[in-house]
Amino acid sequence: MSPSFQPSVKYQKQLKRDLAAEILATPGGEKIYSCLQCGTCGGSCPLSGYMDFTPRQLIGMVREGFKQEVIESFSIWLCASCYECTVRCPAGIHVTDVMYALKRVAIREGIYPRRFPVPVLAKEFMRMLKSTGRTNEFWLAFKMLVKTTPLKLLTMWPLGLQMLRRGRLCLTFNRIPKPAGESLRQMLESVGERQ
Amino acid sequence: MAYTYFPGCCMHGFARHCQDSLYAVFNALGLELRELKDWNCCGATSYIAVDEYQAFTLAARNLALAEQAGLEVVAPCNACFMVLKKAQDYLARYSNLRERIEAALARGGLQYSGTVQVRHPLEIVIEKIGIKALREKVKRPLKGWNVAPYYGCLLTRPYTLRNGMTLEAFDQLIPALGANLVDFELKDRCCGGSLTGTIEEVGDRLVYILLHEAKRHNADVLVTVCPLCQLNVETHQKQFIRRDREDVNIPVPYFTQLIGLALGIPEKDLGLDRLLVPLDRVLEEHPAELRAAA
Repeated sequence: MSPSFQPSVKYQKQLKRDLAAEILATPGGEKIYSCLQCGTCGGSCPLSGYMDFTPRQLIGMVREGFKQEVIESFSIWLCASCYECTVRCPAGIHVTDVMYALKRVAIREGIYPRRFPVPVLAKEFMRMLKSTGRTNEFWLAFKMLVKTTPLKLLTMWPLGLQMLRRGRLCLTFNRIPKPAGESLRQMLESVGERQ
Repeated sequence: MAYTYFPGCCMHGFARHCQDSLYAVFNALGLELRELKDWNCCGATSYIAVDEYQAFTLAARNLALAEQAGLEVVAPCNACFMVLKKAQDYLARYSNLRERIEAALARGGLQYSGTVQVRHPLEIVIEKIGIKALREKVKRPLKGWNVAPYYGCLLTRPYTLRNGMTLEAFDQLIPALGANLVDFELKDRCCGGSLTGTIEEVGDRLVYILLHEAKRHNADVLVTVCPLCQLNVETHQKQFIRRDREDVNIPVPYFTQLIGLALGIPEKDLGLDRLLVPLDRVLEEHPAELRAAA
């Protein structure tokens, strides 16, 4: 296949500044305008080789208003929270927090394939925590797989069996005791949606 | 010396062997663990991808409960350890975040003042017991074992440890147990975290690199300090062996399992039989023998 040399041009009117404003308001993201575009983040990242845009590019694109491209990128889902970029950034940008914020925007706006595991897992995780206060890895993985790649369950059973045999598969939920669980739910509700 | 124990979800689930060995070793070293009452999940690295204020509330509630108990908190999972420390740091640094979280905590009659200390059990062993004293307590030196340390990400990132403790200081634990230290450059490289379950093709590569490098350095054992790394590095070995026909088989015990063995604690109390990749082969080749009573 021959390459296509179609230039992609965006005009001022098409740029969206609201994403940059949101990142600036995020704890850890307030310094994005100090980014020197040095690329230390991407150079330190164990996952940048699999990314479509490196963290440096994402920060540049956020600042310039390329919201759609950023939110639709595969990169934001690849961040594994290792904090290598955050500790190395010479400008003091908490790049990991920027990546969390980008995930939040994409999840809030529903911009991801319906069966894509990362956001599905995050939402199931939240749902489980709200109902039981603690997570049960087995049910979390099970629910995620049912909603994303149910056929994979067929290949997962040998591992499940191994874990079960070693007493490491917990089938019952580990709930926090009732009054405490109720008060946790109230706290989560009251801190609630963004203002 | 007593500590408040924040187990986190996995120590009560798939990582109960880590918890068994942690209790056994702390007990043998005269350190007491008291489980935090009514603890909740720390939020890990997933919750914050949906809602950051609720995520900080989860961590802050645990910190507030721990403050009531008045002891230092021991978090044996790197993710819990980092999340709790990060919540402390951010609540101290961002006043608007703190106000919001404090208001939410107040709804449940809780208060957070920022005085509690969060510690990893490895820090405690090194600081409170010390390498020298630990060496003296060893009853079954792990003679001939080539052990590579694997610390994972979140123990030293983004927060450094107390009193300038470094990973190199932690490395000394291995010779103290009588084993050979395998210098492992990737000791704080990412194991892939939850990517091994979500974007598996990519997550697998990160686990593979660790296993491949550990093997290349002739390690018999890769010792971890995080139950999440432990699970990740352990469960994916079979697949590499089957699919890529590469022998990456290496046991990945939690660090208190190894300390427990060297201290002469019975194997059944250390949950060794719960490991997916058993230590049997290493134990057969280099039987850890009881040192003649000095």
